[in-house]
Parts: sequence; structure tokens; C-alpha cells
Amino acid sequence: MSRHTLSVLVENKPGVLARVASLFSRRGFNIDSLAVGPTEHEDISRMTIVVNVEELPLEQVTKQLNKLVNVLKIVELDPAQAVQRELTLIKVRADAENRSSVLELVNLFRARCVDVASDAVTIEVTGTPDKLQAFIKLLEPFGIKELVQSGMVAIGRGARSITDRSLRALDRTA
Amino acid sequence: MTEQMTGAQALVRALEHVGVDTVFGIPGGAILPAYDPLYDSAKVRHVLVRHEQGAGHAAQGYAQATGRVGVCMATSGPGATNLVTPIADAYMDSVPIVAITGQVASAAIGTDAFQEADISGITMPITKHNFLVTNPDDIPRTIAEAFHIAATGRPGPVLVDIAKDALQAMTAFQWPPVMQLPGYRPVTRPHSKQIREAAKLIADAKRPVLYVGGGVHKARAAAELLEFAELTAIPVVTTLMARGTFPDSHRQHLGMPGMHGSVPAVGALQRSDLIIGLGVRFDDRVTGQLSTFAPHAKVVHADIDPAEISKNRHADVPIVGDCKEVISDLIAAVRNEDRKGDYSEWWTQLDAYRATYPLGYDEFEDGSLAPQYVMERLSAIVGPDAIYTAGVGQHQMWAAQFIGYENPGTFINSGGAGTMGFALPAAMGAKMGSPDTTVWAIDGDGCFQMTNQELATCTIEGVPIKVAIINNGNLGMVRQWQTLFYNQRYSNTNLQTVRRIPDFVKLAEAYGCVGLRCERPEDVDATIKKAMEINDVPVVVDFVVHQDAMVWPMVAAGTSNDEIKFARDMAPAWDSED
Repeated sequence: MSRHTLSVLVENKPGVLARVASLFSRRGFNIDSLAVGPTEHEDISRMTIVVNVEELPLEQVTKQLNKLVNVLKIVELDPAQAVQRELTLIKVRADAENRSSVLELVNLFRARCVDVASDAVTIEVTGTPDKLQAFIKLLEPFGIKELVQSGMVAIGRGARSITDRSLRALDRTA
Repeated sequence: MTEQMTGAQALVRALEHVGVDTVFGIPGGAILPAYDPLYDSAKVRHVLVRHEQGAGHAAQGYAQATGRVGVCMATSGPGATNLVTPIADAYMDSVPIVAITGQVASAAIGTDAFQEADISGITMPITKHNFLVTNPDDIPRTIAEAFHIAATGRPGPVLVDIAKDALQAMTAFQWPPVMQLPGYRPVTRPHSKQIREAAKLIADAKRPVLYVGGGVHKARAAAELLEFAELTAIPVVTTLMARGTFPDSHRQHLGMPGMHGSVPAVGALQRSDLIIGLGVRFDDRVTGQLSTFAPHAKVVHADIDPAEISKNRHADVPIVGDCKEVISDLIAAVRNEDRKGDYSEWWTQLDAYRATYPLGYDEFEDGSLAPQYVMERLSAIVGPDAIYTAGVGQHQMWAAQFIGYENPGTFINSGGAGTMGFALPAAMGAKMGSPDTTVWAIDGDGCFQMTNQELATCTIEGVPIKVAIINNGNLGMVRQWQTLFYNQRYSNTNLQTVRRIPDFVKLAEAYGCVGLRCERPEDVDATIKKAMEINDVPVVVDFVVHQDAMVWPMVAAGTSNDEIKFARDMAPAWDSED
């Protein structure tokens, strides 16, 4: 098994997320992470889907996804040629005694402290999944009270855009 | 030019514009606004069925008999959920139908309102696409898109769910609408490089087989197939969905492959060195245990759905495209190839299989009726110009095996889904789509009892179908598995219909049909002839057959095709070198 990052451009319509999610479950694939949001074009949403599968089933799920009428384009992003980011918010125990140690880690990881209470701080950190895991591991001894993580978003490096062509297709039908 | 009208009127007008002449359905609360303008339509005939499942299967039968999109209509909630089975069936067999359902008013959606069901959510995994329409302005465009999606590319069912208030509100109707389907681009033109690769493999092959599926007839490519087969002299097998696409009487036809396929067809695939799959999906009923299917074969796989290619079996030469274009291009490429394949040794081997293992069956010593004999006589007397429909089970397999099909689209059955109750309403739809064709529903006594109420529809609407109930008093195929794999423990398979509960002749008469009964071989011909003479009302024939008749050959589920038995405990003796 290996991790693959799919960027899926879809029409910005109700129910599209349900179609994509149900296709994965019906065909027996687990989604590791999923992030959906708007793009530079108001009619297009972009999903970044991380799946853990072998090469052949990945091809099958990509073909099945392509058959969804609302799916415009699917690109598998090579991690070496893409910027991949997750966002995590972590509420960690920190009182006057150990707050400075926590803040030191925050600085080392180029994270940010977004809220401070007398016995806890809330930290915002972005990065690759590996970086976030390392950070979380170092915070664990202080006591993680709550943690929330976004799905991964990713974009290819270089000047090329994956949305250009899909935009043209959309314009033709408008 | 725009015209002011209600959403319901726009719906009916749109249906007229896309060329709909027949709609099968049942009205109810949420869809009621649509039924009012439908009442006035001079172009669209609405057929009031007795159960929405019947409407869906009738639309499937209509679609398969005409090549056009079949249409069914139902109200919200239970009306819509009763369409789920035919929609799933159409999805599995790639039948183009559009299902139109009423939905509760948009303000009530999500409130668990009376007769509310999330039918677009429910049918998401069993439709090619579906729509929920809450704005009347979207109705014409959605109908145009639904019919386009259903009929093009790999055909399939599309559901359009329309909120009641959208049907009632006013809208400006304009035709033709501009379709907005930027993500829908089916590929129909095959890649020329792949076609040339395929032609090379065909020239190099020693033991090729043309594995022909439902996609060939859906592409209306039977004529091209015949030309291609005769040009190359490659043997042909036709799947359950392709029966009739290549003439059964043709010398190159080896029969049906798969679980109940002929020994020559199954044996040819197992021993082939090249399978040319056309409009097929390497279904488990054809391949048996996948890892042992055709172990020495290279595969050329052509299908309009890219997701089918290499889904089950790796394709050495994948060809995405419409089968009509694919086969035409293959013909040209084979003609261009200097070398020609020599399959004479292969034919010697296959002819030996044919001579040694023809389809056959046992007659019963007590003089009771063998179901296979009924099929043979139907085939002989009714002939290959009729349309035959079947549900699922033993009767379906016997109908596939023992009726000779010469014309594409003359065997309409529930293949992928295996839906009991398909045959009768599908026959009704087929007959309405092709009124001058004789249509026989071959049905089991179990299947028949699931949808027989549509006989009322047939009689009242003047649809004189003929029904052959192969009545063995049991859920026959399940019983066959109990015989073979469950130590003859017949748990809940005995329907006791041979005790005449119900009496199918009386039941037929109660529905205004002619009911006939036949229990002995010597009466079969006369009964069929009598049924053929009645053309003003539906005819139901209760063929009471022996309950121990079994479907052979058989590859037990999950085993290798090499383990095929042509009768109980009788395996073919394959060639000594194997």
C-alpha cells in the first residue's frame, strides 16, 4: 500500500461531496484525508483526497471518479513535485511553569500561539503530515487536551495550473 | 421564443421534445401536478401500471426493444423507492432509462415530511447520474441532460427528482435548452495505435476467441461483428447479454460462456491464447474463479467505459471506444495487416468439443415435462423473429441455452442484477415499443408471482404479450444449489405452485387473459400453437415441469472454469496434452 494524493476538480454543486465520498465507500476504498474548498473559479471546487492503496486499485478508483458527471478533472500529485500542507490546532496544557518550554517548541516548528489561558495554550501549526506528527509527539508530554486537524491540501510546483483546461470546458457550456 | 407555463407543463413539453412517446408510471401526491398536463399530451402515452417496479422494468423492456430511452414515473417516498430495483437492474445491465419522481415541496425536504424519501441519495450508487430539481427554470435543461446522459456513452439509468413546488410554479419555457455538462465527455473514437496492436495480436494468435457482450448490440454493431468474425474466422462466444448479437446458427458460434455456458464456449476461452473482448466486463459469472480464467490468453479489451478495462482482468491492449467504431476500425486494420492468422488447428479442437459436448438434457421416465423441451419447442414454433424476455434463475438459463437467437436484442433479461419479476413487465414494455413483434415472457413460477399484477395493465392497455410460466413449483435455481451444495436440504424453496396455489390458469382469466396449461410433452406443440393464435389478449401458459430438472453445464460458484460439469459429476475429458 502507498499513499496517493488526488486533486479532484468538481463542479461547485450540492451533493457532489456525497457522490465522491459514497463512490469511495462503495468501491471499498478508505479515504485517509479529504479537504474540499473553493478555487479561483466560483463554479469549481477542489477536493484533495489522500488514499492509501496499491497502484491498480488506484487506477480503478480514478476511472470510476472520472465517470461522475460532476467531476471535471483528476490529477495525481507527485509529493516530490507538489507542496502539501495540513493545518492543525492543538490545545495543550501549559501553566506559568512550563509555558516557555511549550513556546520554545512553537518557535522551533514555526507554529503560532493563537490563544492563551492560565493553564493552556492553543497552537496553530501548518506543514506536511510528517512535520505535524513530529510536533505533536513533542507536545504530548505536556498533555494534549484537544486536537483538530484539517485534511491535506496540495498544489503542484512550477508555473503550470491544473485548472486552466477545466475552466475552458466550463466556459464552453456557459 | 419563451412561453410562460408551470414547471409541470414544462416537464411534459420537454418530454415531448426529447421524443418520448410512452411513459410507464403511477401518480401520487408529489407528482400529481405533472399528471395534469400529461392528461392532455397528444404525444406522450402514459401507461398506468400496478406497481412502480413494473413501470421501471417496462421502461427497460421498451428501451431494449427500441434502442430509445425508456421512461418511468412515480411519486415521492414509496413510489420512488419501488423504482429502486429496476433502476439497479438498469444500472447493472447498462439500460438507458430515465426515472422521473415527484419530491415533497422544497421547503419540506429534510423534515421527514409525509411520503418523503431522499431518492437521489438512495439511488446515487445505482444511477449513472441523478438530479434533484427545486427550481422550475431548471426542468427543461435537466430533462435534456438526463436523456443525453442515459443514452450516450455507456447507457444507464438517470433519475430526475422534482420538488412539488417546482412543478407548480411558473417558468419561462424555452427549447432547446443549453446543456451544462462540462464533466461529461464519453470517448467513442478508439485509439488507432491500439487498434493496430490488436490487429497484430490477431495475426499472431493461434487460438483466439471473440468474447462478445452486451456492448456490441448497444452500439448497434451486430453487422460489423459478423463481418469481422467472418473476415478473421475467429470463433465467437456470446454472453447472456449478447445472445442474438451473433447468429446462433452461424458455424463460428460456440454458444454462451460462463457458469451455465456451453462446454465449447467455456473450453475455448480457457484454452485461448487471445481473447478479444468486445463490450464485455469480464463478469464473475463468465470468468469463474478469476485467477484461473483463460490462463494462457492475452487480452484485447474494447469497451466504451474506461473503468471496465483492466477492472477484473488485465488488458494487454486496452481500447476505449464505441464497439461500432472499434469493430469497423479492427476490420480495416486486419485487412491492412499482411499476415493472416491460421486457426485451422484451433477449429479442429473446437469442432471436437462441439461434437463431444453438445447441449443436452435428460427426459423424465414418468412422462412429465422437461423444461428444456418447452424451450426447444418454443424456439422451433415461435422462431427467431420474436422477442423473448426472462427473469432470473433456471428458466432464464434454459431460455438462454435452448432458444435459438438469430437477431440482436431478441433476448431481454435481467443479467447483472438477477432480478426476479423482470420478465413480465419487461415483455410489456418491449411489446409496446415493438407492437408488431411477438413477445414471449419466459418466467419462473417464483418470478411470475413477483410482478404478475401487470397482466392487468397488459389486458387493459391492449398489450397482448405471451407468458410461458416454467412451473416447477419451486424457486428452482436455489433448489438446484440446495441439491448440489446443501445436501438436498430444501429450506424454503418449495412454493407448492404445482398444487395450483395459485391456479395460474384461473389467475390469467381473472386478469382478462387467456390461461392455458400444459403438463405433458405431447401437448407442448399444440399449446404453443394455440397461444400463437391468440393476438387480442395476453396469453399465460402454465407449463408444469418436473422439479428435478437442473441447469447444465455448470461451473460451481467460485471455482475454476476448468471444473465445468456438463451433467452432475460429469466433467469433460479435455485434451490429453492439458
